[in-house]
Order: sequence, then C-alpha cells, then structure tokens
Amino acid sequence: MTDTRSADELASSAPDTSNNRDIILQIDKVTKHFDSAYACDDISLSIHRGEFFSLLGASGCGKTTLLRILAGFETPTSGRVLIDGVDVTNVPPYQRPVNMMFQSFALFPHMSVIDNIAFGLKQEAISKAERNDRVREMMSLVQIEKLAGRKPHQLSGGQRQRVALARALAKHPKLLLLDEPLGALDKKLREQTQFELINLQQRLGITFIMVTHDQEEAMTMSSRIALMHEGRVEQVDTPRRIYEFPATRYAAGFIGLVNLFQGVVVSHENDQVLIECEELPGQLLVHHSQPLAVGMDVSVALRPEKIRVLPGNDNQPNRVNAVIKDIAYLGDVSIYHAEVASGKRIKFTLPNVQALAEQPLTWEQEVTLGWQGDSCGVLTL
Amino acid sequence: MRKRSTFLLTAMIMGYAFLYIPIFSLVAYSFNESRLVTVWSGFSTKWYAALLENDALLDAAWLSIKVAAINASCAIVLGTLAALALVKLKGKRGTRSLGVMVTAPLVMPEVITGLSLLLLFVAMETMLGWPAGRGQTTIILAHVTFSMAYVTVIVQSRLANMDQSLEEAAMDLGAKPLKVFFAITLPIISPALIAGWLLAFTLSMDDLVVANFVSGPGATTLPMVVYSSVRLGVSPQINALATIMISVVAIAVLIGGIITWRQEKRNTQRH
Amino acid sequence: MITIRQLPQLLRKESRSLIIAVPWLWLALFFILPFLYILKISLAEPQLAQPPYTDLIQTDGEGLVTVLLNFANYMLIWEDSLYLDAFVGSLKVAGVSTILCLLVGYPMAYGIARAPVHMRLPLLMLIILPFWTSFLIRVYAWMGILKSNGLLNNMLMWLGVIDEPLDILYTPIAIYIGVVYSYLPFLILPLYATLVKLDNTLLEAAADLGCRPFKQFLTITLPQSVPGILAGGMLVFIPVMGEFVIPDLLGGPDSLMIGKLLWTEFFNNKDWPLASSLAAVLLVALIIPFMLMRHFERKSEEGQA
Repeated sequence: MTDTRSADELASSAPDTSNNRDIILQIDKVTKHFDSAYACDDISLSIHRGEFFSLLGASGCGKTTLLRILAGFETPTSGRVLIDGVDVTNVPPYQRPVNMMFQSFALFPHMSVIDNIAFGLKQEAISKAERNDRVREMMSLVQIEKLAGRKPHQLSGGQRQRVALARALAKHPKLLLLDEPLGALDKKLREQTQFELINLQQRLGITFIMVTHDQEEAMTMSSRIALMHEGRVEQVDTPRRIYEFPATRYAAGFIGLVNLFQGVVVSHENDQVLIECEELPGQLLVHHSQPLAVGMDVSVALRPEKIRVLPGNDNQPNRVNAVIKDIAYLGDVSIYHAEVASGKRIKFTLPNVQALAEQPLTWEQEVTLGWQGDSCGVLTL
Repeated sequence: MRKRSTFLLTAMIMGYAFLYIPIFSLVAYSFNESRLVTVWSGFSTKWYAALLENDALLDAAWLSIKVAAINASCAIVLGTLAALALVKLKGKRGTRSLGVMVTAPLVMPEVITGLSLLLLFVAMETMLGWPAGRGQTTIILAHVTFSMAYVTVIVQSRLANMDQSLEEAAMDLGAKPLKVFFAITLPIISPALIAGWLLAFTLSMDDLVVANFVSGPGATTLPMVVYSSVRLGVSPQINALATIMISVVAIAVLIGGIITWRQEKRNTQRH
Repeated sequence: MITIRQLPQLLRKESRSLIIAVPWLWLALFFILPFLYILKISLAEPQLAQPPYTDLIQTDGEGLVTVLLNFANYMLIWEDSLYLDAFVGSLKVAGVSTILCLLVGYPMAYGIARAPVHMRLPLLMLIILPFWTSFLIRVYAWMGILKSNGLLNNMLMWLGVIDEPLDILYTPIAIYIGVVYSYLPFLILPLYATLVKLDNTLLEAAADLGCRPFKQFLTITLPQSVPGILAGGMLVFIPVMGEFVIPDLLGGPDSLMIGKLLWTEFFNNKDWPLASSLAAVLLVALIIPFMLMRHFERKSEEGQA
C-alpha cells in the first residue's frame, strides 16, 4: 500500500492507512437548520474505513452539530447519512453502529468504572462471560485495570478520559466519534494522549471521527481534515496539503500564520503565473497548475517560514525591500514584521539557532526578503 | 469591609435567633409541670403520657400520616412527569401552559384552593357520583394537586442541572429511551425525588385550610385537631406533640443534610 | 405513510405527549376547572339545601330553561365597607410583611451567599429546617411567647423594661410577627439563589475603581438582585393576601383580612356563593402580582444562563 501514497501523505504524522475505495461513512448533502440559522449547510463528505478524520473549525462552525447528526442526536433537515452503505438518517442513536466519546466524558456518576464500560454491552444480547472478557480487554487496552471499582468522581481527568474511551470502544463500533476528546485535559497530558489515541486507532483499525477547534491537534492526529466555516466545508485534505495548499482565504488564515496579497493575474503560461499586487513592487511569480484567466482577482498566500532574508546580490524573482518593525521572540523561532514601501507588513519567521546569539535582525533594519515561486499559493476564493 | 461583616453577622445571628427561639420555647415548655404553659413549675413528662391517651388525636395523626404518604407517592409521580415535560420537552405544545399551571399552586392562597376544590368535588359527585362524599379521598386529591407543584420545582432544578450528555451517552451505547430513564436519569435525580417525597409528605401533614374545606364529617386530620385545641388557647399537650414532630423532622433533616453535605464536599474536592 | 422503520420514533412521540398530558390534565381538572366553579357558584344564591346554593340553570315543568345570574354578591362586596376594608386590611398586611421579610431576609440571604462555601449548605438548612415543622405549630409557638403572661412579657418585666405586660397577642403586631416568621424562608431561598450567582469580580472591579463597600452594595449588588427580590417578594405577598391561620390565631377578633372573612362566610354563615365571590375577587386581584412573579422568575433564570 505504501507505494501508492504521495510524498505528502508519507510525511504526515498520521498516515492514511485506509483503502481509498472502501467508504465507511457517506455524508450526502446534509443540511441542518435550527429555526432559521444554518448549522450545517449542504455538507457532503466521504470517509474511508480506518481513517482518523477531523472536523476542524472555530466554535459555532457546525462541526459539533454534524457529529451529533452522525451519532443520531440530531436529525438533518435534509440530506442523508450512510454508514457502510446503509441509510441511517432516521435510525435512533441506540440502534446505530456508532459510539461517541463526549466532551464532558459523560461518565455515569452513580456507576463504577467497570459498570460504565459494561453499560453498552449490557444493552446487547451477549453472555455475561463474554461481556466480562470484553470489559477486561478494554480496561487493559487503556490501562485502567486498577480503577475497576472506582466511581467517576474518584478519578483524575486523564483517567476519566480513558474510561470514556474504553466505554465507547467496548461495543466495537464501526465509527468512533470524539467530541473535543482532549478539551478537558491540561496541555501536558493532552500531548501525551494525542499519541496514545493515534496508536490506539491504528492498532484497532476503527474509523475515528474527531471534532476539534485546535488546529495543532487536528494536524497532529488526523489522516484527513475537513475544515469547516459557517456550516460549510471549506476544504477536505491531508494536514500537509491543507497547510501548504489552502483552498480558500479562510483556510489559509485559519491554520498557521499566513501573508495574503491581493492582486490581479497578468499572465499564465506553463504553470507560471504573474500577478500584479498593488501592495508590492514588481510582479509576483507563482507556480500554479490550475487554469486562471488573465485579469482575474486573486490572493497570494505565503507562509512566513517560506520567506528568506536575501543577501543584496541575489536575483530571485520574488524579492522585496522592507524595514523590520516588530520582533516577537517565541523561543524556537522569532516572528518578524517587516514593512514594505506601500505600508503593507510581511510576517516572516527565522529559527533561533544559537541560544546566546544576538538577534540576527534588529528593529528598523533594512532587509531584502525573497521566496520561491512554488512556496506560495494562489487563492481564488 | 470589616464593618459590613459585623453588620451581616449581627443580622444573621438575630435572624437565626428569631427563627429558633419559638421552637426551643415550645420544646422547653412541653416538659413543664404546670398547666399554664408559660409559667415554669418543674420538669415533667406527663403531657407526653396524656398525649398517648388522647385517642382522637392519635386517630387523626394516623389518618394524616396515611394521607400524607399516599399523597407524597402520587405527587412524586405527577411532579416528576411535569418536571420532565418542562425540562426535556421544553418548547413542545402544552409545556408553556403547564409551566404556568404548575407555578400557580405554589402561591395560591389556601382558602381559594380549598374552596374551589370543594365546589369541584360537590359538582363531580352530583354529575358522576364520584367521589362519593368527602373524606380521605378528596383530601388526597386536593393535597396531590398542590404538592406536585413543589415536587416539580425540586425535580426540575435537579434535571436542569444534570449533564444532558449523560443521557445521550446511554442512548449512544444502545439503551432505549425508557431504559435510559430508569438506568441513568432516575438514579441521578433520586436525591431530588427523596427530597420531593419528604416535602410533599410534610406539606400534607401540615395542611389545615384545604383539608378543612374538602374533608367530610368522617375524616379529621391532625392539623384539624391541633387547630381546634389551639383556638381555645395554649395547651401543654400540643407542646408535647410539637416536640415530637420537631424531633422527627430534625433527625430526618439532619441525616439528609449530612448525606448531601458529604456529597457536596466530595464534589467540590473533585474540582 | 408509516413504515416499520418510523414506528419507534412514532412511539417516542406518543410517550412524549403522554409525559406532558398526564400532569397537564391533572392540573387542568383539579386546579383550573375548580376556578370556573368558583365563578359559577359566585353567581348563585344561597339556599338551605344540599348543596347550599341555587342552580344557575333551572328547568321548570314545561321544559323552559332559564339561566339565573345573581350579581348580588358582587354588589354586596362593592357596597358593604366590611369587604372593602378586609381587602385593604389584607393588602396592608401582605405589603408591610413583605417589606419586613425583606428587611430581615436580605441581610441573611446576603450573609449566607458571602459565607465560606462549606458553610452555605448548613446555614441554608437551618433556614429551611423550621419550614419542615408544622406551620400551625410554629404559629402556635408565638401564642405562647406573645400572650400577656407569655415568654416575651415575662422577660421584659424581669429585665425591668416594662412594669405591666404589653398587649401584643391579638393585635396587628402579632400578625406581622407571625407572617414574617412563617414566610421568611420563601423569601430567603430565591434571594440567596440570585445573590450566590453574582459575579464576585464585579465587586472587586468596583473596589478597584475606587468604590467603597457600602456603595458597592448599593450600585452593584442591589440592582442585580432586583429579580430575586421581586420573585421572592411575590412568593410572600400572594399567599399572605389570602392568609387565614395567622390572623385567626394571632390577630384579634377585629383583625380584618379577606381570607379570614371568606372562612367565616363559608363555615360560620354557610354562605357558599358569597364566599365564592370573595374568592373570585381575590383571585382576579392576585393575577397581576402572579404575572409579575413569573416575569421576574424567568428573568432571574435567564440571568443565570
């Protein structure tokens, strides 16, 4: 399988191990409105078996509503949801082959850990012995065997998260839905748990669908991300492609830092686009394979780390003179804000290689910035 | 800051004294030898003995306990249904009017409730032949009507504070709605149900006015006996009765309080 | 078309409407319908029979149906100063005792809300505890305290404050004491619920901006607790308007309150129609405060959300 993957996917921390033709979840033109407000607006997505899929977006973008539609807590106003080819749009939550890990974990406060995990299995007709085996298996999977008899209020946040996970996995669902699974944990624990979740997902091969507002979390964990905005899907792609090749201005701005330049297409030949920007002197050269019409209004997105400080004699096509106005030291890197003649500010980052070295650049210093034609993208939306 | 604290402290001490002095005076004088309740003439338990021989009073007490228990059990069912409707089915047809109807009995002057129910029972008897005459049944029907309002308030606040995702989680794990209710919702709101039952019981035990309107010649509740005795002036037997009732309530509330306090403490420790 | 698939959902809908319908019907039958009977009987005439009132709809032997509406009771209530005085008396007692309850209850509710967290529940329990003991017996306790040779007079005489016993029992003062005593928890609880939810950082912000404690209270705490004050106030005001036991046991024979008058008309004079008219008038008078209460309850609920 590995040889069929592109270089982008190889580099992603959570590779897409799925067989792309095997679609487990099909969301077909799902729209949901509450009164007159649209929470989901004509969303269509196909999710593959074994994927770790993230719904990413700011609060109120409709990602949680979409997840609740998948779980069956909300019925879409229109559209269909198919799991393994079966239309489950009107199937109540308790009959769906789907389980959910809630943001609040929703552990039953009056039941012990073991009863919480066994709850889902008790709703099925399986023997007590098998049930006990499954519960024990789940507890060892998330390493909480010692907590079996405890009540939820006697557990730490991390332990509760594990119990919630074990409970949701106990029924071997076709889909595991995770609603901000790490939101209730502190930062340190969150990072550790991210990798545990990825490992668990790869070991079990269950399809995970996660809702998160945290771009870093989505980037680290997912094989693919659907970036949502105001009830619509802005872009669906691998973390790397979403970062490097954002499809829209919103997508570019939501994930990571970005410089956006407004401009007009001057020419487009052999994947080479020349763009005239009011804010920048000269014309920008960008590599772009999609057809663009001359005279079209576009934006050019440029990531700060793609910018280099050029020595005076370099003859790179994209170059601009600027003056450093602001420096933000972040530890690993520093972010510089440089102002060009038009007043437009360009953000760029430089790694802080030496601990005790003076800042390589200082305030009011004049610099020449440059970047490759293939390091920036053209956005038409 | 200090000045206001002293003011608050004094106000609270005086407030609590105001609430408790009458109760302690009742208890103290129940052990008074003298018939004149407020003149102390020595310790005695004779009024308790007299109480035990007061058959009319004991019969009334038994009737009251019976009525209160049946009332509380019915009120808890109706009140819980109403609370479920108001919290879980908010916005559905009929819940708005239910909300108004369930608040009104809380403040309705008892004379109006009593009189209006009596008129209804009289009319029902002439039209339907039921309830035949007035007595235990009519008292229970009347008490359930105002008790359920109190139960609704208590259960409603507990339901509203309950994490809704608990029920969703149960459903997500395959439990059907009825099963969710009995396995998750009910155990979680059970403290409110117990509190609601006890409150409904107390309200019924306590009611003089409504019972006086809707009861018939056969049914005399404890408050009616107490009232007719108290109207004639203070009586040491009533002090003894009051002391017994206060002790029962105090012990029950104390136990309940300790349990909730512990739970609360555990919960706050958790966060 | 109903498919088998939709059946569970349909059943869910059915059970949903049942959850609403059962308490709804109960209250409609035993709470709303009786009011219509009050209106009906208030238009009847008393008669010596069982039940002791005339039927509004009468059929004579020839099948002629006549509807007799008798407005005499309402005329009487309007014309006879006794009834008007009773309404004014009730209004006065309810109004004054609501204010007294506030004066006693507000500092207590505020004190509990500002107490350390672990003390709040025990302090609240102490407020509720008397409420669980019999109302009748609590009123009775005040008879023993307030009467001429009662606890209060004995104490004041022993202290040398007074030479001869004060007449408190069977006066309006006794009614006020009894009402405040009995209804205090109804005011403290909603007020506490409002006060405890107030954001403490608002006070800190006010202090930070140079506001002194008393002014903080006046400009920050008090305005924000208005919904709680009004909701709690109505919880006292409305039932006291129709109070019977307290004026009957603690007030003198000349204490005029509508609840007591209604009781007398019904039990002593056996005039059911007149008692019904009084109830109807009281009911109408209480609609406005009831709406106010609902309004402020909802307001304070919204404030919490």
